[in-house]
Amino acid sequence: MNTVFSLKDFVFLLAGLKWTILLSAIAFTGGGIVGLIVAVARTAQSAWLRRVMIFYIGVFQGTPLLMQLFVVYYGLGLIGIQVPAWAAVTLAFTLNASAFLGDIWRGAIQALPRGQTEAATALGLPMVSRLRDVILPQALRIAQPATVGYAVQLIKGTSLAAIVGFIELARAGQIVSNQIFAPILVFGVVGAIYFVLCWPLSFYSARLEAKFAASR
Amino acid sequence: MTNDSTSSVATEQPLILMEAVEKWYGDFQALKSVNLSVRKGEKIVLCGPSGSGKSTLIRCINHLEAYQKGRIVVDGVSVTDNHKAIDIVRQEVGMVFQSFNLFPHMTVLQNCMLAPIRVRGTSKSEAEATARRYLDRVHIGNQADKYPAQLSGGQQQRVAIARALCMQPKVMLFDEPTSALDPEMVKEVLDTMIGLAQDGMTMICVTHEMGFARQVADRVIFMADGQILEEAHPEIFFKSPQHPRAKQFLGEILAHH
Ligand SMILES: Nc1ncnc2c1ncn2[C@@H]1O[C@H](COP(=O)(O)OP(=O)(O)OP(=O)(O)O)[C@@H](O)[C@H]1O
Ligand SMILES: [Mg+2]
Repeated sequence: MNTVFSLKDFVFLLAGLKWTILLSAIAFTGGGIVGLIVAVARTAQSAWLRRVMIFYIGVFQGTPLLMQLFVVYYGLGLIGIQVPAWAAVTLAFTLNASAFLGDIWRGAIQALPRGQTEAATALGLPMVSRLRDVILPQALRIAQPATVGYAVQLIKGTSLAAIVGFIELARAGQIVSNQIFAPILVFGVVGAIYFVLCWPLSFYSARLEAKFAASR
Repeated sequence: MTNDSTSSVATEQPLILMEAVEKWYGDFQALKSVNLSVRKGEKIVLCGPSGSGKSTLIRCINHLEAYQKGRIVVDGVSVTDNHKAIDIVRQEVGMVFQSFNLFPHMTVLQNCMLAPIRVRGTSKSEAEATARRYLDRVHIGNQADKYPAQLSGGQQQRVAIARALCMQPKVMLFDEPTSALDPEMVKEVLDTMIGLAQDGMTMICVTHEMGFARQVADRVIFMADGQILEEAHPEIFFKSPQHPRAKQFLGEILAHH
């Protein structure tokens, strides 16, 4: 039996890392697109639209992601819709991320001075242009630190995909550790890989923030 | 259609017409049966104590605020809840705010080009030429590539005026355009507005700058408690106000100057 941490084990971890990156990218992209819609609907004029979004955000923020994964993966199977694991995971992560990102961006939109919307409205700009040209560029800039913070959480959170069979980075670490009985070493390496993945994000974000602060 | 009598009727049609307009914020009535008619080229100064409904009145004209009763017609278009009508009216009505409300993430030039491109479908090069022309006119052409935060308050407000003018509106609404400015910058903005008035722009200005009112206004309108209480030529209004509220208001204004 293999009892030292070999190159083969490291390659196995990297294969897990590939899934972690892929899941994070899909969840962030999908969650970002749906999250934009959530944020805009959450700040819309229509009261019922706002209420629907409050409920949507409440549900996905107020229940564990683990449970959401279960519900999507097994729940859809129970009502006769067979979905492959990757589709279920993609859907669950997208919905969950959309609620969190939507709420972060909602806060940023509401933090803008009212005069911005008023000036855009008085100029006759149609709604799409008000959002795309005036509101969202400013809101996303305000929300940038919180957005990057959430992205880092998301990367670590993808480890939950292990419960429906994904061998992503954390799960790969567990498997290797069980084989070679060296949990401290293996999880040390796994931790280092997560750090290498997340730290540049935080670093880059801090730099961007400083740049925006200087241009104000 | 083309005979003289109808065309003369058409030219006499007011540019802005408000008839028995009433506006509530919840239970609070902010406008009480407001009637106002503004001819093309006319300059109106609107004044009155804080909370009297001046901002509400002009914000109803471009439907930044909805009103509940009465009728507002701008250049023949009825401002109702109809989106198309509101869009048309907003293209013809420029507005300048107390707090400038420039878009901080865009340069001065981009601020001025956005609406013509997005609303009128003007080409980029044409929008830029128009923007530069109006920026020159408010004496700020050399700052076109700066961001609003790099400008003084007076400069920002002049950019805001140029931005509104780039849509080539038929009417300009001003809501206390100099109230947020340091005293030394008030004059540069008022001079810009005087220039605009001399060029024949139709203007409704909410302002307490009495010198400006004297020099420019065809009519001063005094409001209190959501009602128009007095309407007169500035010389007459300032010399002998009729309504007790107007007398009191002018007394307070003069005491401050
Ligand atoms: N969004 C709102 N909700 C509730 N009440 C409002 C709202 N906006 C204005 N009001 C009230 O309506 C009245 C008229 O307000 P408005 O802003 O038109 O006054 P104003 O004459 O412009 O005053 P000021 O000189 O202070 O600008 C005030 O009593 C104000 O409190
Ligand atoms: Mg006001």
